[in-house]
Amino acid sequence: MLDNTQDGYVTADGRQIGPVVLELKNITLRFGGVEAIKNISFDIRTGEIRAIIGPNGAGKSSMMNVISGFYVPQEGEIIYKGYKRAKMAPYQVARTGIARTFQNIALFEGMSVLDNIMTGRMNLMKSGFLSQAMWWGKASREEDEHREKVEKVIDFLEIQHIRKTPVARLPYGLKKRVELARALAAEPQILLLDEPMAGMNVEEKEDMSRFILDVNDEFGTTIVLIEHDMGVVMDLSDRVVVMDYGKKIGDGTPDEVRNNQDVIDAYLGVSHDE
Amino acid sequence: MTTNAAQAALQSVPALLARNASQWGNLTAYREKEFGIWQSWTWKQAADEVRSMALGFLALGMAKGDHVAIIGRNRPALYWSMVAAQSVGAIPVALYQDAVAEEMAYVLEHCGARFAICGDQEQVDKVIEVQEKVSGIEQILYLDKRGMRKYDHGHMNWLEDVQSEGRAGQSRFEPELKKRTDALDYDSTCVMLYTSGTTGKPKGVVLSNRNIIETARASCEFDKLTYKDQILAYLPMAWVGDFIFSMGQAFWAGFCVNCPENATTMMSDLREIGPTYFFAPPRVFETMLTTVMIRMEDAGPSKKRMFDKYMAHARKVGGDILDGKPVSGGDKLKYRMGEMLVYGPLKNTLGLSNIRVAYTAGEAIGPEIFDFYRSLGINLKQLYGQTEASVFITQQPDGEVRSDTVGVPSPGVEVKIAESGEVFYRSPGVFVEYYKNPESTASTKDAEGWVATGDAGFFEEGTGHLRIIDRAKDVGKMADGSLFAPKYVENKLKFFPNILEAVVFGAGRDRCVAFINIDLTAVGNWAERNNIAYSSYQELAGHPRVLGMIQEHVEEVNASVAQDPMLSGCQIHRFLVLHKELDADDGEMTRTRKVRRNIVAEKFADLIAGLYDGAESVYTETEVSYEDGRKGALKATVQMRDAKVVPGQTQRIAAE
Repeated sequence: MLDNTQDGYVTADGRQIGPVVLELKNITLRFGGVEAIKNISFDIRTGEIRAIIGPNGAGKSSMMNVISGFYVPQEGEIIYKGYKRAKMAPYQVARTGIARTFQNIALFEGMSVLDNIMTGRMNLMKSGFLSQAMWWGKASREEDEHREKVEKVIDFLEIQHIRKTPVARLPYGLKKRVELARALAAEPQILLLDEPMAGMNVEEKEDMSRFILDVNDEFGTTIVLIEHDMGVVMDLSDRVVVMDYGKKIGDGTPDEVRNNQDVIDAYLGVSHDE
Repeated sequence: MTTNAAQAALQSVPALLARNASQWGNLTAYREKEFGIWQSWTWKQAADEVRSMALGFLALGMAKGDHVAIIGRNRPALYWSMVAAQSVGAIPVALYQDAVAEEMAYVLEHCGARFAICGDQEQVDKVIEVQEKVSGIEQILYLDKRGMRKYDHGHMNWLEDVQSEGRAGQSRFEPELKKRTDALDYDSTCVMLYTSGTTGKPKGVVLSNRNIIETARASCEFDKLTYKDQILAYLPMAWVGDFIFSMGQAFWAGFCVNCPENATTMMSDLREIGPTYFFAPPRVFETMLTTVMIRMEDAGPSKKRMFDKYMAHARKVGGDILDGKPVSGGDKLKYRMGEMLVYGPLKNTLGLSNIRVAYTAGEAIGPEIFDFYRSLGINLKQLYGQTEASVFITQQPDGEVRSDTVGVPSPGVEVKIAESGEVFYRSPGVFVEYYKNPESTASTKDAEGWVATGDAGFFEEGTGHLRIIDRAKDVGKMADGSLFAPKYVENKLKFFPNILEAVVFGAGRDRCVAFINIDLTAVGNWAERNNIAYSSYQELAGHPRVLGMIQEHVEEVNASVAQDPMLSGCQIHRFLVLHKELDADDGEMTRTRKVRRNIVAEKFADLIAGLYDGAESVYTETEVSYEDGRKGALKATVQMRDAKVVPGQTQRIAAE
């Protein structure tokens, strides 16, 4: 069992994981009478790849939306970098260094790949609305800097060949990669990936896994990942949270989770009569 | 210094670099697109980079005569590493970057490389894998830092670190570097390149400075290449052509070498650079033409009409205008209109607007494809060459260009045809030897310096142009004693855009049969337009309407083969469309995409048997290798079809 009281741990492949960066305490989220998340607590440590898994409708995406600030839980608190997070709009959360991708691709279809990724830098742009619109000195200088950062991301994810292509013309696997690029362009400390590999073929999945590992390795980005493909999850992640019907039923290393009886039951479909 | 003395001093590639740095110091020597921007280096800067790299190599203990493996895509720093290795007296050996670890192991073992310079992590991984079997590699250097942080750097260095180390140790290593560079002369080895080996293991071809520099000089004069030219370096660095174009000729003439951002952006980089001197294998020209035609199919009716009208006119007079033959004033005017409306914009889209000289070689090019580019005013020519000849054996002079010959002997090259029909040549470019393989050297190159090409051909009467029929060893006899020239028939088949690859069998048999690979782009587009649904190559290849279409092509070829009394026996009686694409990873082709006939015959023996015993279809299982080295099995039931043959003999009688 991993000891959460200590300041970090070393993974099987020798990576040093740092202290807790984000802690969720007793989160409960309701939609009217439906409890999507029931009293869940877990933490995310700096530099780790943390997966959230569970059957359909377990509340994984809701959890992601709570972290990204899209949903505000009725109960519980979120401690981010040591401070309790106040109620925030998603864009404010984004400014604190949390970026995400979506389960259903949410790109600007008519815009080029480059422009889409540039939007990821929006929160980092400092010049005002007017000077950007008028293309005054500071705004144009700033754009050059942002473009440079974006080009590094393009190079990193190997999408140079589609730089100027409108997103609408791209196949699904590449769109997913562009979405990751946009999230990366924001230079996040925590990257939330909502089913990054859904609907991909084996080769695309392998590519995406490699990119996720590279992002974590190269930039030290903490990654929170929702994924259905168990093979991928077990290979990639350092620690896994398992949810079922809005409750946390397991938390630990992939091996621990794999051998957890509750988890096995949830996946094999034992009846839920409490 | 007199001109002669200056010439005499230019006896190595590093010497040429020194001359260029002083003569054209501020002209652009290299460009590479990185992070979306074309970065450039002048000759002076390039010389600086090479020097610091060479000093760094000395610091790492690179000795005279060491072999240095270079593996990666075309990047300026890798070209510099070649020159840097030469400067310290070592021998660069470029490897195909898409080679799987096993193939790489053979070459690294054979040349006994002590240093391996890799483009990126992927190549480093392969070399590390190889290291388990091959012990000679002491140092791995890499260019792209990405993903390399966690590797054990005990015997590994980032190329830029090597350069900084070289700069730091400049005063220590400078005298040694000068001594070693000065020791280079015409007879020292310039580079070693492995031939892809259509048969057997690859052979290391040793090329001296004399071979490279003399060839570069002669060929630059032939096509009047100057420092103003631009080329795009995108073909494998391990291929002799790239070495001659991007190193030999570039250093001799002083022109600029442009490296694309990566392999997938080659077409848009081509458009941005607009090279003046361009080489591409027929396949690239074919793909370009296919893309154009597919897009024109989808264009609006008025555009399509304009395109068709002016292309018809270009076919009529375009070639003649390019060759400087007399053309009527009206036709000239119409051609100029076409240039404004169609040819100009089309060339611009393809990135071929500025082409002064373009070459194709390696395989036969379809006459329609060849004429298409010529008619647009692109000076596309053919050459015939080999690694052993430092490329050039014959090439076509301006004004004497045709699709069915490979031109006249290049300057300085003597060509003769042996009794057997095999082509022999002798030139200053002829290789020194096959490395560690005196038997092969002796069997290829005789005491007088004549080299056997292994190709059968003849000189055309009147024009003096060489025509190549086939590989000498592939030309065989059929059971009834008539001539069997598979390549001749295969090329005719491959000229159809729908057919990517064809393999004809029939040596020693009473009739010929063929394997066909369809072109997925062309046939896929056709299927889309005809509402034919398919999910994989295999499914499309087995579709009855595709088979029907291929059958028409085969029958057309039969009719055309029947015209030639000598070869009419080579008509195809039965054929099948293969359920998989022939692939270099499965050993069915060489890395330069030439079919390995024997291996294909062995692997698909059951299918050949089926074709000869008249079966309707044959069930077969084929082993395939995936890119990551895993193996899998491909199962399929392959349909076989009869094709109509034209009785050649009777037709000839009727024609007489």
